[in-house]
Amino acid sequence: MSPNDTQRRGIRRWLPMPVQSLILFGVWLLLNNSLAPGQLLLAALLALAIPLLVAPLQQAQPPVRRHGLALSYTLKVLYDIVVANFQVAIRVLGPSSRLKPAWIAVPLDIEGALPITLLASTISLTPGTVSAELSEDAKWLYVHVLDLDDEQALIAQIKQRYEQPLKEIFGC
Amino acid sequence: MHPIVELIICAFLLLGGLFVLLGSWGLLRLPDFYTRLHTPTKATTLGLAGLLIASMIHFSLLEQRLSIHELLITLFLLITAPVSAHMLAKSALHHRVRMQKVTQGQHLAESAREREGPG
Repeated sequence: MSPNDTQRRGIRRWLPMPVQSLILFGVWLLLNNSLAPGQLLLAALLALAIPLLVAPLQQAQPPVRRHGLALSYTLKVLYDIVVANFQVAIRVLGPSSRLKPAWIAVPLDIEGALPITLLASTISLTPGTVSAELSEDAKWLYVHVLDLDDEQALIAQIKQRYEQPLKEIFGC
Repeated sequence: MHPIVELIICAFLLLGGLFVLLGSWGLLRLPDFYTRLHTPTKATTLGLAGLLIASMIHFSLLEQRLSIHELLITLFLLITAPVSAHMLAKSALHHRVRMQKVTQGQHLAESAREREGPG
């Protein structure tokens, strides 16, 4: 084992979840809406202590391989939420007898709890679709659609717009 | 505060209020549980975003320092909204909550209950 490895292991021992520590640090400062030295100290303490306590509960998840793509994926989803919100608003205002609600089954290519959760959450967040159930073998995601025009087009859109980038982000 | 800034804040407040109202309106008039589920998770997301942006601008200018803890609400909302919507849809599905007759692909709901592939 090289000295570098030993060093890295030492950091891992005391900082088991570096990203989550950073998030905790930021969330604490945001919660207090302050950058006072006392709050900075408290945030650092919490960011170090909480991961040490909860790290044993952590389940191994596939690491994010492409950070740039993850960022652009987040922005794309936020943009879609805004655009689709207007579409749903218009449909809600129109006569409800014109709505064509439907169940669809989306075949999944990605695997792993975290990527599938992210995909299902994205589907639920973008208006017009709510994910409802996952098949036992995690190969199919059942989605309720508020107003379905073309089943195949919608499935293709979900797969190409959301699943494909997630697949590349996690490299699975 | 400058009148133009006040105008911008008002615009965001009105936009937010409008979308929250639309969300509740949809909840009231859509025909069944599953379609109703779509409005509060969706319209409310944008409605709340409008209100929070207005709040951020207002308090940042009023107190002369950056006030961005509203971002936390957005973060928590983005995490909890899809999860709660998913759990509600899932439990409704398994409790066989009545769905509209015109709903397409009802056989899929059946296989979803069994947690099997469609077929």
